[in-house]
Parts: sequence; C-alpha cells; structure tokens
Amino acid sequence: MYKIVRKEDLNPNVTRMEIEAPFVAKKVKAGQFIILRIDEYGERLPLTVAGYDREKGTVTIIFQLVGMTTKALAKMQEGDYLLDFVGPLGKPTDVEGKKRVAVVGGGVGCAIAYPVAKAMHEAGAVVDGIMGFRNKDIVILEDEFNAACDHFYMMTDDGSYGEKGFVTVKLQELLEQGIEYDEVIAIGPVPMMNFVCKTTKPFGVKTIVSLNPIMIDGTGMCGGCRVTVGGETKFACVDGPEFDGHLVDFTELMNRNATYREQEGEKMNHMCRFDKMAQDLIK
Amino acid sequence: MAQIRKPNMDPKKAPMPAQDPNVRNKNFLEVCTGYSQETAMTEATRCLGCKNHPCVSACPVGVRIPEFIAKVAEGDFKAAYEVINGTNALPAISGRVCPQESQCESKCVRGIKGEPVGIGRLERFVADWYRENVVEKPVKPESNGKKVAVVGSGPAGLTCASDLAKKGYQVTIFEAFHTAGGVLVYGIPEFRLPKAIVKSEVEKLEALGVEIMTNMVIGKVLSIDELFEMGYQAVFVGSGAGLPMFMNIPGEGLSGVYSANEYLTRTNLMKAYLPEYDTPVMQSKAVAVVGGGNVAMDACRCAKRLGAEHVYIVYRRSKEEMPARLEEVEHAEEEGIDFQLLCNPVRIIGDEHGRVVGMECVRMELGEPDASGRRRPVEIEGSNFVLDVDTVIMSLGTSPNPLIRSTTPGLETTKKGCLIVGEDDVSTTREGVFAGGDAVTGAATVILAMGAGKKGAVAIDEYLSKQ
Repeated sequence: MYKIVRKEDLNPNVTRMEIEAPFVAKKVKAGQFIILRIDEYGERLPLTVAGYDREKGTVTIIFQLVGMTTKALAKMQEGDYLLDFVGPLGKPTDVEGKKRVAVVGGGVGCAIAYPVAKAMHEAGAVVDGIMGFRNKDIVILEDEFNAACDHFYMMTDDGSYGEKGFVTVKLQELLEQGIEYDEVIAIGPVPMMNFVCKTTKPFGVKTIVSLNPIMIDGTGMCGGCRVTVGGETKFACVDGPEFDGHLVDFTELMNRNATYREQEGEKMNHMCRFDKMAQDLIK
Repeated sequence: MAQIRKPNMDPKKAPMPAQDPNVRNKNFLEVCTGYSQETAMTEATRCLGCKNHPCVSACPVGVRIPEFIAKVAEGDFKAAYEVINGTNALPAISGRVCPQESQCESKCVRGIKGEPVGIGRLERFVADWYRENVVEKPVKPESNGKKVAVVGSGPAGLTCASDLAKKGYQVTIFEAFHTAGGVLVYGIPEFRLPKAIVKSEVEKLEALGVEIMTNMVIGKVLSIDELFEMGYQAVFVGSGAGLPMFMNIPGEGLSGVYSANEYLTRTNLMKAYLPEYDTPVMQSKAVAVVGGGNVAMDACRCAKRLGAEHVYIVYRRSKEEMPARLEEVEHAEEEGIDFQLLCNPVRIIGDEHGRVVGMECVRMELGEPDASGRRRPVEIEGSNFVLDVDTVIMSLGTSPNPLIRSTTPGLETTKKGCLIVGEDDVSTTREGVFAGGDAVTGAATVILAMGAGKKGAVAIDEYLSKQ
C-alpha cells in the first residue's frame, strides 16, 4: 500500500499528490512514469512523474480529471492509501550534452515539462521555457517552471495572462530570432505536440515528445501502447515514453487513444446517474 | 503388501463432466467440472500399476503416477495428494493445463489398446479434493538462514520458491504485476483455470514462509545486482516470455487490434468481464484471432464469452499443424468458433476514425516441409477476400522481455533474447543467477516451466550448500 502524504488542488481540474513509494523515489528520473491502481476494481493508470524526493522516499504526481480513474483518484485524501504504485517505468529524458533547449509545456503537460526543464538545467543546458494554458484560471506551476528556466514565456489562448496565443506562436518567434536549439521538448495534449513538431520541422530542430498512450502493464508485455515512429512499431512503455516527434504518427496515436472513449463515457454516465439516485434517496 | 485387485479393463477413460457448450460460451465459469469421488476411484482402477512406469519418465516434474493412482483407487485421497505434492507443488494447476496427451498419458500402456488412464483428470481430482477437504496449512520449515530471490511468480517461479522454502530457504518472490501468478492469472482464462485456485496455491507458499512482493519490476525498480547487495545469495529468473509479436502488416496500429497478451490481460487479470471492474475491453461484434496455439484458443473463447457474435480463428496452416492442444481446439469448435484454416491475413482495414472494419486475408495451400518439419503454407494467388470483423487479436507468440538481460552485466542471451543456460538447464552465464521457464526456452508450457523451477531449486540448493 502506498500512502498519499500530501494532496493539493492546483486548479479545479488538476490535483497534485505526493505518494510514499521509497523504491520508486530511489531511482526515478525526469521523463519516466509510474502506474497506479486505486483499488482492486480500478484500472492501471500510467502517469509520468512530476517530481520526487529521494530522502523522503516520495514521488509527486499531477493529474487532470479526465476519466473515471482520475476522478476517483481526486476524491482520495491525505492519509489514504493507493493499492498499487509501480515504477519507475520507461526511459528517462536524455539530458546530457545539450547547450540550449526549449521546453514547451501545454496545460497539465507542464507538470511533466517542469521536471524535464529542471533536469536539463541541472545538466548544464540553457533552458527556454514556454508554458501554455487556455486561460489564466487554469495556470499551474508557474513559479516552479520559471525557476527551472533561463528564459520563461507564459502564453494563454485568450490573452488573459502572459502573452496571447498558442505556445507555437512563441516558439516560432524564438526560432525565427535564430536561436539555435539542440532540442525542443514538447509535453502536452497530442494535438499541441503535433503542432509543435510542425513548427520546428522547417527549422530542422530535433523535437522530442512525451507520449501517454493506453497501456496496461508498462513493461512491454501487452503491446497496447504501441506507436508508429518512423514507420516502425515502438512500445511507449519500454522504448519511450519520449520519441522523436517528427517521426511519430500522431493520427494513429489519437485514434488509438480514443478506443474506449465512448465506453468510458457510458460507464461514467451510468455512475453519475447512480450517484444522483443515491443523492435523491438521501434527500 | 500391495493388494491384488482386478484392473478395470474399460477401454475408454471416464468422461470429464463439462458445462454444455452453448451455456458455457456465455459465462466464465470453469468448462470442465471435474470427477466425482466414485468416478475418480473407478478411473483409478484402470491403471495397471506398471513396474517400469513409463508415465513417470514422461512427466517434467516426475510425479509418482502409479503410486498416487493406487491411493485414489483405495479412496485415500489425502495420501494420494501427499504423493503428488512430494514432487509437484501445483497439482491443481497442472491437472488442468498440462498437455497430458503428449506427456504422461502418451506413454500409458493402456493407451496402446484404447484410451490411456485419465492421469490429468485424476491429478486434478486429488488436488481439488485436498483443497476442499483438508484445512491444515503447510508448516513453515526451520530456516537455514539463506536468502534467495525469485524473479517472477509464474509457474517456474512458484515451483522454485516452493521447493526452496520446503528446504528452509528464506525466499522472496518479486512480481512485476499487482497480483502474483504470472501467466496463470493474466493469460490463462478463468474458465480453464479459476483464479481462486491460483490464489490458494500462492497462499500455501506464503504459509511456507515465502514473501511475495508485487509491483516489483526487476530490471527497473531493482537490478539483479541490487538484489545481491540486499543480501540475496542466489537469484532465480523466471520472468517468462512477455513480449508479444505482431505480423508487420498494414493496419496493425488501428484501434481494435490487440495482442493476445493485451486482450487476455484485460479479460483475465483486469476482469473486464465483470461489471464492477473499471477495465474496458472492446464490445466486439466480430473478432478474428490470428494464430493456432493455445493462447489463440484462449483468446477466441474469451471473445465469444465477452459477447462477440462471430469469432474466427485465422490460421495459415491446416488443423494438423495447429500447435494448440486437441482438447482446446475441440472445446473452441463446440463453443461455435469459426476456424478459417489455410488462411493468412494480408492487411487490416480501418475506417476514417482509424477503427477496424475488416481484415483482408488470402487462402493458402501446403507446400514442401520447412525447417520445423511442417509443410510450408504457400499463398494461393488471387484468392484474397475480406473477413468482416471489428476486432483483430494477434496471437503469434511471444519472446522474452529484455528488461532483465539489458540491466544485468554478464547475463548472456541467444539472438532471440532467451537466457543461455548450462548443461543443468538452469545455470546462467552469471554466477549465482539461475533461470528457467519461458525466459530460457521462449514460449512453452506451464508444466515445462514448473519442471525448470524444480531444477532451479535443486541447482540453487547445491550452489548454496557449497558456500
């Protein structure tokens, strides 16, 4: 069992938790992921780590309430226990030997982009950080991310905070200024990562994306997380989760990620009605 | 003195009671319901008790078959269990999933004229009777103070751990998944091997003092070297052959294409067939399972039970070459699985959302024998047709996971990624590290893995006794 030692809502839809998992905390590096299970009936939920404390033996996860499992997870409190928590899985971010990088985070993806920026910075790279959100209300981790970057840019779609525009607007601007990046790392929703790749391609800048496809075991056994990269089949759990974004088949990835969307919608709907019935009964 | 009794000369095995095919293909309850005491005792009298017992030499774990069967005939089921358990740690499991027809029963003298003795069915009966009637737990032996790590809790790991624990070793099993049992829980379906049975075997191990740590992916969470640093004096690697193979044909990345591993894991380990579990699995109308092995049979029978109207087996050779057990093939046929033999997929067809809407296949004919001795299937030109399916399950075999070999210096593997072992079948190229099961052989059977687990325990005992 794995204790939730700290819980904090970063915005109404995003929660941060610190989990006691000494074996994971001892080894995990930026870019790697864990898989958790709330209880016996729960799914195995993969999450890329948002931080760790080797001395305390804890691992930080940040998640958005998107599905059944994340919603149930957000209802858990400090002091509660998760049934399963396994990791570190996947390969860590390659941070060695880079002079200058741009780390681009979109929405809740900033939770993962932040430790990557920090690791890059600690490895000696000059880090340009670009964070993007829909609007001011959902901004998370600004101070932490800013502290890990040499240059920091905040973007919102509606201009309610920082500069107005998508992250790609700022990235394009920086690339046009002639800044030479060894690498651009994009972490966020699949369409956002796809657009970042389209932005960097004409400049010939290597672009890394962090993928979070559907998976079960996280050790290469189910093959559910397979993605086509440069025409080859790769398993995100063991070959990734980071890949060369210019080679990733994003359309296939989005289609595969949608496999259970309707089914989960139905099940959640069913549960909500169930909740409502229970509430009506109490009234 | 052994009493002289007249053998029962019935040329046929007592039939195994089973659920009706049209009932069982809609539920996940066990297909075969097992012998009654009377049937077991009658069947046991078919054994001639041959002195040279050819059946025993054909058993990978050397169960003293005529001896236990004699006890069954006497009605002393507890004694029968003790005979079996002396060499076989998991009889309720092997009694269900062993290919007896190519092992013990293939050598049975009664099989020359008629059917062999139902050794597997009797083994299962004895194990089930014991589980249901004997409450006493195994006693934890006195510790010899030596620590052994076992990687993987499948049939090889469980057997090795059991044999070592009985000798007084302090054994810890490291399991990557959240539940112990390996292929016995994620791969083999409930209707062939109820998970409660696996759980009860695991509990027996715990009573022997074996510690089981789940969520421990060795090669990631801890390396083999770290296990030694933690004080383990020997390591047994029984991590199986987990990596699924694909065909590399167009359309395998579509939504609705599974590896058999994924489909079975969702169904068996993650219990997608029970509404109280959150695990999703496709609600398919028509499913094609590609392959002809036991795993393919498990996958197609799961698909049928999950509600698919049409389930096909697509296999490129003919029925004779099918690697699956005859019993499994027959069960699948009875349950309404459509066998498309001499048929090979060419591509999987998707719609505008990237979902499977069909699979193009080509008819095959058998040509000259290939390296495996089986006649090589050759495409019949122009025979392409489309199978109308919304789900495809690839069941083409598996290979060992690279997580351990890539993180353990000195551990050598073959080109296929199988761990290289010495003449004793279990010593690896690294001192103190032993291995067995699919991690060494590539995908094989539960009983061969159990046999390797036994050999591993013997080798580890010898190795640590010298130190």
